This record gives sequence, C-alpha cells and structure tokens, in this order.
Amino acid sequence: MAAMAVALRGLGGRFRWRTQAVAGGVRGAARGAAAAQLGRKVAVVDYVEPSPQGTRWGLGGTCVNVGCIPKKLMHQAALLGGLIQDAPHYGWEVAQPVPHDWRKMAEAVQNHVKSLNWGHRVQLQDRKVKYFNIKASFVDEHTVCGVAKGGKEILLSADHIIIATGGRPRYPTHIEGALEYGITSDDIFWLKESPGKTLVVGASYVALECAGFLTGIGLDTTVMIRSIPLRGFDQQMSSMVIEHMASHGTQFLRGCAPSRVRRLPDGHLQVTWEDCTTGKEDTGTFDTVLWAIGRVPDTRSLNLEKAGVDTSPDTQKILVDSREGTSVPHIYAIGDVVEGRPELTPTAIMAGRLLVQRLFGGSSDLMDYDNVPTTVFTPLEYGCVGLSEEEAVARHGQEHVEVYHAHYKPLEFTVAGRDASQCYVKMVCLREPPQLVLGLHFLGPNAGEVTQGFALGIKCGASYAQVMRTVGIHPTCSEEVVKLRISKRSGLDPTVTGC
Amino acid sequence: MSLCPGWAGPLTVEKPRPNPITAAWPRPRPHGDPTPPEDLSAAVWSLVPALYAPCASRGWCCSGWPRLETPECLSTRPLLGPFLAGRAVGHGGVKELFSSLGVECNVLELDQVDDGAKVQEVLSEITNQKTVPNVFVNKVHVGGCDQTFQAYQSGLLQKLLQEDSAYDYDLIIVGGGSGGLSCAKEAAILGKKVMVLDFVVPSPQGTSWGLGGTCVNVGCIPKKLMHQAALLGQALCDSRKFGWEYNQQVKHNWETMTKAIQNHISSLNWGYRLSLREKAVAYVNSYGEFVEHHKIKATNKKGQETYYTAAQFVIATGERPRYLGIQGDKEYCITSDDLFSLPYCPGKTLVVGASYVALECAGFLAGFGLDVTVMVRSILLRGFDQEMAEKVGSYMEQHGVKFLRKFIPVMIQQLEKGSPGKLKVLAKSTEGTETIEGVYNTVLLAIGRDSCTRKMGLEKIGVKINEKSGKIPVNDVEQTSVPYVYAVGDVSEGKPELTPVAIQSGKLLARRLFGASLEKCDYINVPTTVFTPLEYGCCGLAEEKAIEVYKKENLEIYHTLFWPLEWTVAGRENNTCYAKIICNKLDHDRVIGFHILGPNAGEVTQGFAAAMKCGLTKQLLDDTIGIHPTCGEVFTTLEITKSSGLDITQKGC
Repeated sequence: MAAMAVALRGLGGRFRWRTQAVAGGVRGAARGAAAAQLGRKVAVVDYVEPSPQGTRWGLGGTCVNVGCIPKKLMHQAALLGGLIQDAPHYGWEVAQPVPHDWRKMAEAVQNHVKSLNWGHRVQLQDRKVKYFNIKASFVDEHTVCGVAKGGKEILLSADHIIIATGGRPRYPTHIEGALEYGITSDDIFWLKESPGKTLVVGASYVALECAGFLTGIGLDTTVMIRSIPLRGFDQQMSSMVIEHMASHGTQFLRGCAPSRVRRLPDGHLQVTWEDCTTGKEDTGTFDTVLWAIGRVPDTRSLNLEKAGVDTSPDTQKILVDSREGTSVPHIYAIGDVVEGRPELTPTAIMAGRLLVQRLFGGSSDLMDYDNVPTTVFTPLEYGCVGLSEEEAVARHGQEHVEVYHAHYKPLEFTVAGRDASQCYVKMVCLREPPQLVLGLHFLGPNAGEVTQGFALGIKCGASYAQVMRTVGIHPTCSEEVVKLRISKRSGLDPTVTGC
Repeated sequence: MSLCPGWAGPLTVEKPRPNPITAAWPRPRPHGDPTPPEDLSAAVWSLVPALYAPCASRGWCCSGWPRLETPECLSTRPLLGPFLAGRAVGHGGVKELFSSLGVECNVLELDQVDDGAKVQEVLSEITNQKTVPNVFVNKVHVGGCDQTFQAYQSGLLQKLLQEDSAYDYDLIIVGGGSGGLSCAKEAAILGKKVMVLDFVVPSPQGTSWGLGGTCVNVGCIPKKLMHQAALLGQALCDSRKFGWEYNQQVKHNWETMTKAIQNHISSLNWGYRLSLREKAVAYVNSYGEFVEHHKIKATNKKGQETYYTAAQFVIATGERPRYLGIQGDKEYCITSDDLFSLPYCPGKTLVVGASYVALECAGFLAGFGLDVTVMVRSILLRGFDQEMAEKVGSYMEQHGVKFLRKFIPVMIQQLEKGSPGKLKVLAKSTEGTETIEGVYNTVLLAIGRDSCTRKMGLEKIGVKINEKSGKIPVNDVEQTSVPYVYAVGDVSEGKPELTPVAIQSGKLLARRLFGASLEKCDYINVPTTVFTPLEYGCCGLAEEKAIEVYKKENLEIYHTLFWPLEWTVAGRENNTCYAKIICNKLDHDRVIGFHILGPNAGEVTQGFAAAMKCGLTKQLLDDTIGIHPTCGEVFTTLEITKSSGLDITQKGC
C-alpha cells in the first residue's frame, strides 16, 4: 500500500494544488483531513499492491484492513469462545463443545472492514481531500506521478509531500516454498475458508496474536520461534504470555528455524525445520503456514532517490528529524515507514496531526515518542507503557530501580474455575523517593483498557506514592495496580489474597 | 550508630505514645526492605520481638522480617509488666520499688545467664544505655535506677504500669468488613493486640453470612459475579455473530449460578478467618455493645455475654438495607442482603429504588431473561452525574427493564406462598392521587441503607451520631467525639461508601495509631463504577456539582459518543457508549470530572483516576497516545466541546 498526502502548490503540471499530500493509510488520511480542515488543498494517493497470495483491500491502511481492526475482532471471537466455556459455570445451559465457523466470522469481520474503507472515503470527500487510487512515485522533489486504471498518467505537484506508505510483511528469502505456499497477516484476515492446522513462524506480536486467536477458535496451531519472543518488550512478561498460550493449547517449537515448505500431493504443506541447537531436522504437516517474521517499509517503489529523500541503508526506512522532516525540507514522513518510530496506529495518527498543525496551523508542538502505551492482544492481553524492567535497569542501574509486582486473580476467573497463574502486574519505579514510575506492565483481561489511563499517569510524572494514594475501583483487575505493595527486592510472595 | 535518632540519654516520657522505642525503630513494613541494617548484630534483632511484644500469646507478628530466635534466657520469660535487666549484686532498689507498687518484676540477671554479655550489648544498642539495671515497663524503656525513681515520683511509672494492665487489648474493632479487617490486620502487623467483633444480625428474611462484611457477602463480590453472568448472556448472543454455532435456546439456571457464587464467597470467608489467625488477631463472632468507657460487651449467637476492654476502639459496623416501613415490607420483600443467596430464581421482579444497588440488581436480573420493573420515586443514581444516570437508565430500558417513574409502594400483600410466591404491590403516584397495582414474584427493596450504630451503646460512652442518618461524624483522622474511639467505612459520616475507601482508611488509621505514619486518607477524586448492564465509571465531579462549584463559564466539557469495536460485528447499537470530561478553564484545563459509559468502564476508569491524582489536564490527554483499538483511547482524542453544540454521533467508524 502506498499512501501519500500531497498539499499541492501553484500553477503548472496537470493538477495543481495549494498544499500537497502524498500518503495513504490511516496516517495519511488523518493528515490529509487535518490539512484540509486548515484550509489547504490536499490530495491523498493510495494504492494497495496485492500480496503475493493476491490479497488486496481498500482505503485505510494496515490498521484498518490487515492489522489492529480485524486482529482485535478475531481476538474477540476467540475471547467469546472462552466466555462460552465460562457460561455454564454461571448458570447458562450451553451444550459444549460449541463449534466455530471461520467463514461466518471472516465474512462479518470483512464486512466491517469494508464499511470502514467506505467511511474513510466519505470522510476525505467531506473534507474536500482529493483521493487518487493510484500507485505513485516521485518524479522530482515536488512532483509525484502515477498511472490510473485506464492507463492515463497523472502528475501531481505540491508544496509539501508527506510519505506514509507504511510497511508490508516480510517473506523469508532463502526458504524454498516460502513465497509460494506461505501467507502473511496481509492474507489471514481475508481468507474465505478456515486456515485449518496452522504453523505460525515468528515471535513478533503479530505472530503471537494470530496464533492466539487461531487457537482460541479451535484450530490446531503451532508457533515456531527461533530466538526470543516479543523482542523489545519486557522479557518476564513475554515469557508469561508464552506460558499462558502454551497452557491454553498453542504449541511452541522453540529454537527452531524452517528450512523448506513443500506441497504434498494431498494438498497439505510439509514444513521442514532445523533445531538450531542440535542441528536436527524435523518435519510437520500443516494446512497453512503464516509468516510473521517482521515487516519491511514500503519505500522501494517510490523512487525516493529522484526526490533526494534519504533512507537507512539497513532498514530502507526513511530518516527523519524530530519534526518528521526528511532530508528534503518540504518532504516529510510519518508512521511505520520512518526509521526508529514505534510502529503503532495511534502514534502515526498523532504524528500526522501534529505535523499538519506545525505546517499549516502555526503550531510548534513536537511529537513525544516516549511513554507510548501499547497492548498485545494475545489470549491473555499484555498492556504496557514506559520502560521494561531490563531497560530501566540498564538506564538507572539495578540499585536504583524498585519493581513492585503482584499475581492476582480476576474475580470473574474464580467462579469460572479459570487458571490465573499468569495474571500479573508489575510497576517499575525509581528507588529514590518519590519513586517516579518508569514503566507499567499488566497481563490480564482488558489490559488495553487498564493501561490507557495509567499511561496518562506516567505522562503526568506519577510517583509510586501517588499511584498508591489512588483509591481502587472494586472489584476490577485494574485496582491491582493501585494496590501494589510487594517489591521484588523484598522476596516476599506477591500473590494477592482476599479483597 | 545512633539507633534511636529521636531518643538518646535519660528518658523523660511525656505520654505513653508514641512509644519512644517502637516509634524510633525502623518499622517492619509489609512492602519494605526486610533486611535489617547490616551493622546490627543478629542478637539485637532476636531481642526485638521479645521487647516489643512481651507476651508470646500476643502473637508478635513481624511480617516481612526474618524470624530470629530469641536468646534462650529470654524466650520463656513472661515479660508482661516491668522487665529489668541487671546484675545479681543489686538493682538499686528498683525491684523493691515495683514490689511496693504491688507489681511483680521480671528480672534477668545478666551475670547469671550464659549469653548475658550479648544481651547487655543488645540492650545498650537498643536503648543507648550502657549501665544496669535497665528497666522497661509495658514495652517502654524507662531507663536506669535514677530514671525509674524519677518516673515513680512524677507518677509516670504508675501510668505506664496501668497502661498495660488496664486493658485486655490495644485495639478492639467492631465490625469485620472491609474497613475493620484492614485496620485489624495492619494494627496486628504493627505488633498490637487486636480483637475483631463481628456479628451478622440475620435479615428479616433470615439471611445471614460469614466474616468479611457487606462487600464480600452481599455486595461488590456477588454483585459483580451476577453482573458477569448477565454479561455472559450477552456474550452468548454476540458469539453467534463471531462464528460460534449453536442453535438451542440457551436458558439460565439461577441455582447453578448462585451455588457457584456462594461457594466462592465461602472460600473468601474462610480466607479472612485464616488471615486473621495468621496475624494473631482475635476474632469473636459476637455482637458488640459498649457498656462503659473502654469496655464492650460481646454477645454470641447463644446469648452468652463476655466483656472485653481495650485502649482504643474502631467502629466499622457498616450499613444494612433500609425498609419502607409499609404494610408487608419486612414480611414479604427481600433486599440485597437476601438476593445473592436466594435459593430459587426470583422470577418476575419489582425493584424498588433508584440507587446503584437497585439499578445493578435490576440490570443483571433482566440479563438472565427475567421480567424486571424498577419503581423510582424521583431521580436515578442520586449524587451521580445526572446526564450519565439518565443514559444508564435509558440503556436498561432499551434492554428490557421497565421503569415506573414517580411512584412509591404503599402496601405489599402476599397472594401465594412459594419459591417464589406471588405478591401484590399497591403503589401511589408521588405527584397525584393515582394508584397502581402489580403482581410480582419478588419485590426487592433497594431504597438506601442505614448505619448500624443505634444499638451498640454508643450513647453510654458519649460517641455522637447524626441522629437523622445514624452516621458517626469523624474528623480528618477518623476520630469520633470520644478521642479513643474511631470510625471507618460506610458508618462514618460524609465519606464515600466504597470498599476500597474503607480499606484504605482502616489501614491508614492503624498506621497513624500504632506506626510512625501521619498519612491521612485522601477522599478527593475517589473513582467508582456502577456495574449496570452498560457500566458507568467516574472519578471527580458530576457536571452539576462542577457547575455549582466552579460556575458554568469557567468550565469546558468535552464529550463524545463512541462505538466499541467489539460491538460493531456483534451488531450492537452505535451512539450509545459515551465519554465526558469536565475541565476547569481557570486551572490549565485541569480535568475535574471524568465519566465513561461503556464496557469495562471500571477497568478504564482506574488509570485515569491515578492520572487525576497527578493533576491530569486536557493538554496531557491530547498529548497521550491512545491504545488502539480500545474504549479507553477515546479520551485521548476528545475534540468536541459541549458548549459548541456540535453533533457527537458517530457515523460508521
């Protein structure tokens, strides 16, 4: 998908715009809309290159089409499966087991996504943002060119160009059959038929989330992880996420790397992998192989060199300064396509909005990329904001960090007889009073909802004492955060008992 | 090293509290660093428990500390009363002084025990006194020979001796609910001798329960579990849209649910008893009634009476549901005291009242598919933001709960006995003469709660209560009109009636009484959540209250409707969930009111409450990145002000 918001400049060329925007996706749309509101002439250029499996989608970018939205909805489907199992404990007479129909779910999810695509188009129209569904690339530093469906060439020139083309899933390059038989997160949400027995390769949050909901809707799911899960996240929390998934039916092949994928005569996929420590080879048969080994920025087809926009030689991501400016003064980049930014939808949206306000609204507010909260929607959700324990220790030293933690049991789990071994919360603080909160990590139901407010607290410079002075809301899971009393250093049992 | 920073040299004890030794010691903290300072010998630490809690049966609890062994020479000594460490050659008449006061003195002759030298070293470290005899009375270090006689002459010694012998307990807590138990446990952790008196007077319908108070037995816990059961009913409907396939009509079985919930509650009751035992808090299942100063009568189920005395008291007796005072109400109606353990499905139910209890109960009953009517005298959720309250009500109405506004019951008649039976309710309009009649299986009264303060002899010791409400007025340290009597929880006047508030204030009270803490309970910006079918979470001021306090022109209110992602595919209604914040324009747009109506409102609200404690402003909300896709993120993108009058309905995404 390529999306560029272009605020077009004066006369000349085929199309002329006062302000020019080049971008697509949520961020592009947001930026475009915001710029348009500020009285500028804005165009959004968006084009989705079909995935190797041929999947394509509409306006809105990764989040809406092949990311957050369908992911959370399928996660919800899986959670509902869990609730169906809880229901008899609460008096609902449901005969178990209840089967799940992929087609029905996928259709419902896809219909919702399509309605969002439509909504985005209407929104752009309402705000008088010109939308071009063309694949554009730079001609020079003020002009982009694209070819419309009829073969007609369109030239757009603008004063300001914003690149927000995002990223696409990475395919392994040296694995036989990977591209041919494997799918990615670009495809999974658009499958018409159930993926069946699935091998998910990768340890990113995308990998774990997909494996989580596939298991949750009753599919035989295996995750193959070469090294560590959820790199960059707190490692204690990550291992608990894995532990929870493993105890709820997801199979894990740790320390393994796939070497080839072949289609068997019966249509199944035979995957061969190597155990990285022993070097031993093993094989397994699956219906679907899902690659979730990372994403690559969508910059190659943009002809960035014609405009003179610099990218990182390692990642191909665009290099920007704190104002999101690239090496070319009037060209900007935001979202996942930018080097060193958190790859999150709300981050991209806010960066886009602030950028446009700086460009046209007389604002000088910069985007603050610190303390960005996020949530991994694995079966047991993991919400976090601020520093991981490792990072806090690395920055401040073990002696200066105090970690408060608790194992708790959500009230709803008790009657349902659910295992709460991995329901856990920890707060990483500076040890010196007033014990500034550096990070919060929450593993449990509704982690996203719990984390959001505390992210604000951390933004306000909350201290441990302030959080402890907050009265809890009873009975919730989030009250466990304001009841954290046991420090890791004390070595005391952090299990919460009673209310 | 000076062990006792505030304490050096001869003792001139002005008051018995704060105890100079205990106050000066690094105090055991449940969440603190448990390692003793390194330069203290293990021997010192081994003595601490012996000196702090001279009686083994008092159950010194050094939670968080290593349990070290007391030197053998001390471990078996009954250390009640004066304790004197000296040498056999003589004690300068101190021993005789105690004898003349009629008190037996525990004497440890340091030159006659094996580890005497070590003990003396320890004592001198603790007391900063190198000489013997070294005298302690009731855990207070008096000093050497001269100081003891000085104390005798000033009367202090007698007072100290009396302190100890006068009362059975340091603290008696009346009421074993959230507030009482948290106070008891904390006081015990601080080394005090504590008793909890808890007795549940059966409801008019005969319902009774175990230790833990309202929240655990007939409040938050069973309420939230039944709410969850109702949410599961909704989830079952949603699940078909998400691809789960079953065709049968799913029925709800009240007995199965109630049994499961009651089992959970029993385990909690048991857990509370266990934790009191572990902390050596005496628990007596008796009704407490003051008979004279510092003295309380405890009457058990069999009518046996026992008397206990204590230096201080905490009243934490909470509240019980109010009855209407009309014909038939106590005979035939139930309250929230009865509902959660009702052995049969209540059937067609009339809920009388518009408190959060009323709406929550009506909500989950309707969620099970029961025919539910709520009879409301005036407004919904008094004290809460009325815009939100009306939205709560209208969501319930759209989901099958019937509302009868501006009516009050005047008579309840039994038509049929049974489980459930049939009741006829006669009600009259609050505005005219109109009367209506209805037949229900169950009538649940939820019109308010009354404090349990009138039958506990408070007048005998002079504790003032608000005659109208029955609540006990307290100052900012939870103290009543009688200095040694305190009140926490729902029974104290003007405080939010919430479990976490009671827990917090009970715990902080114990720390102030027996620890070195001065921290008061902060009742500002207490968050709460109403677990109606659509949950309502709030923190800070209601819009009406904010306008009253700050004037409308000084406020900016941001609001929006939102559609939770999970509701879209489930086909649930758009433009129903609602978020609102109230900002004070005169103070950097500080957020003074936070309101959310939507799923998981409690989980969402908690963190924002913490942020409000830290001075949350609109700017900070705008600067914070949302977590996508959640409901909570809606607060990071609030743009429309109420004063603008702009449309807040969502069209599509």
